Amino acid sequence: MADKRRTLAEVVAELRDGMTIGIGGWGARRKPMALVRAILRSPLRDLTVVSYGGPDVGLLCAAGKVRKLVFGFVSLDLIPLDPHFRMARQTGALQVMELDEGMIQWGLRAAMLRLPFLPIRAGLATDVTRLQAELATVVSPYADGERLLAMPALPLDAALVHVDHADARGNAQILGPDPYFDDLFCGAATRRYVTCERIVATESFADHGCLHTLVLDRGMVDAVVEAPLGAHPTSCSPAYGIDLEHLKTYCAATAPDAWADYRARFVDVDDVAYGDAVGGAARIHAIPPPIF
Amino acid sequence: MTPDYTLAELCIAAAAEAWRGDGEILASGLGLVPRLAAGLARLTFAPDLMLTDGECLLVAEPVPVGRRPADYRPPVEGWLPFRRVFDLLWSGRRHAMTMPTQIDRSGAINISYIGGTFQKPKIQLLGVRGIPGNTINHPCSFFVPDHSRRTFVERVDMASGAGYDPARWEPGVRRDLHALRLVVTNLAVLDFAGPDHAMRLRSIHPGVTLDQVEAATSFPLARAADLGTTPAPSAEQLRLIRTVLDPHDARATVFKK
Repeated sequence: MADKRRTLAEVVAELRDGMTIGIGGWGARRKPMALVRAILRSPLRDLTVVSYGGPDVGLLCAAGKVRKLVFGFVSLDLIPLDPHFRMARQTGALQVMELDEGMIQWGLRAAMLRLPFLPIRAGLATDVTRLQAELATVVSPYADGERLLAMPALPLDAALVHVDHADARGNAQILGPDPYFDDLFCGAATRRYVTCERIVATESFADHGCLHTLVLDRGMVDAVVEAPLGAHPTSCSPAYGIDLEHLKTYCAATAPDAWADYRARFVDVDDVAYGDAVGGAARIHAIPPPIF
Repeated sequence: MTPDYTLAELCIAAAAEAWRGDGEILASGLGLVPRLAAGLARLTFAPDLMLTDGECLLVAEPVPVGRRPADYRPPVEGWLPFRRVFDLLWSGRRHAMTMPTQIDRSGAINISYIGGTFQKPKIQLLGVRGIPGNTINHPCSFFVPDHSRRTFVERVDMASGAGYDPARWEPGVRRDLHALRLVVTNLAVLDFAGPDHAMRLRSIHPGVTLDQVEAATSFPLARAADLGTTPAPSAEQLRLIRTVLDPHDARATVFKK
């Protein structure tokens, strides 16, 4: 039986310049941030990123890793806007495909199901379609004759997601209240990388949560990395909430000097130093779930 | 005489009206005033409305805003992760009230960017989020806390949502699922019952003049035949807002002085 346990560096070494990378989670919730920071430490460049964006997108933009962004929003939830993403947009540095949240879901699902597109209404009669010639419509072949948007498949070279538990074979358990679209990101991707708070014995999944928490099976996963606090500063409910204090530090680090300082303290460091820099595991585990 | 309610409370009561008669659908109020308004509608004239905790739980009663007692448990009646929100909204069983940065006469709204171009915006905002899907699939209403020529514009910089302008609708696209209902602002209540669904002034808030509203709007407004004054919240509405829905007075922050 394959042992899929890897390190962050081993996973990043499998990625290539120019790849299309999908990142799971949602906004400031359950983002594979340890893996994102590992990408920042690597020479990777020219990435196309598909994300329900949060600080994953902001960090990758700040480090100049992103050539094209496929997004519906970039938000830190408790702080509505991400300044690093805004700066990248406002300098015209990013190519973008701006989509309705549901269109992203549909594009990932189409890729997973090996379909060229899936029909959808979202985006019609808006500038999403007017401004983006790559989005085309189709007419229903049935009696209704309805014109629909043909949301193109969004195939990914790699998917990165963060979960609570995984076993060494790649089965993964999400204990939080929303699986978001992590299963679709994995389904749409050629290579699927899962970081987790803890690697556990397969037999112990049932001790941690009900069957519905088993969101990813090993057929959907190529590698697992044990990365405790791997979603920080985003939440990994119920283990820890969104670290608002850290997000404020992150948001303040836009000027070149401040960004260099942020990088030195929080990016160009190993996991142990990162944990210390953000106040230690006990502090992070004490952050309550966000109140929305 | 000092009124015994605030502008925020007036707006909450006016915005609650958006959901009158909606039945057993999801009422999504995104932003503080819309959320309090949905809760108020649910607790008064629209008891069948469904609400969420703002994350992924359906709750039988509105969850109060802000810090709650340590022993508080939301009255969960269902599970609504994002994927089910999409299913639900595509099925039409939802009415959302959101807070656009710009809105035009046809009801097209913008939350994406202001100024510049799509390739290089001057001010990047959130991105279109779920607005394209919302506006084309189910009823939508809006709350705009700063009614001005900057927010009520001739043409939005990016149409994140679908409005009634026929030029934006390709032949064959279903228009019958699209319904823009109410726009509540710091000055007035508006709807889209003007000629060809143009934005129409329905009531003006106490102490505000018609001239003020028109001066704060970049396009001509149709007027309701019975154009009047926005009704003051009732004593019972004020009690629910103040003691049940928003006990820490978060609404005091809505209108900057």
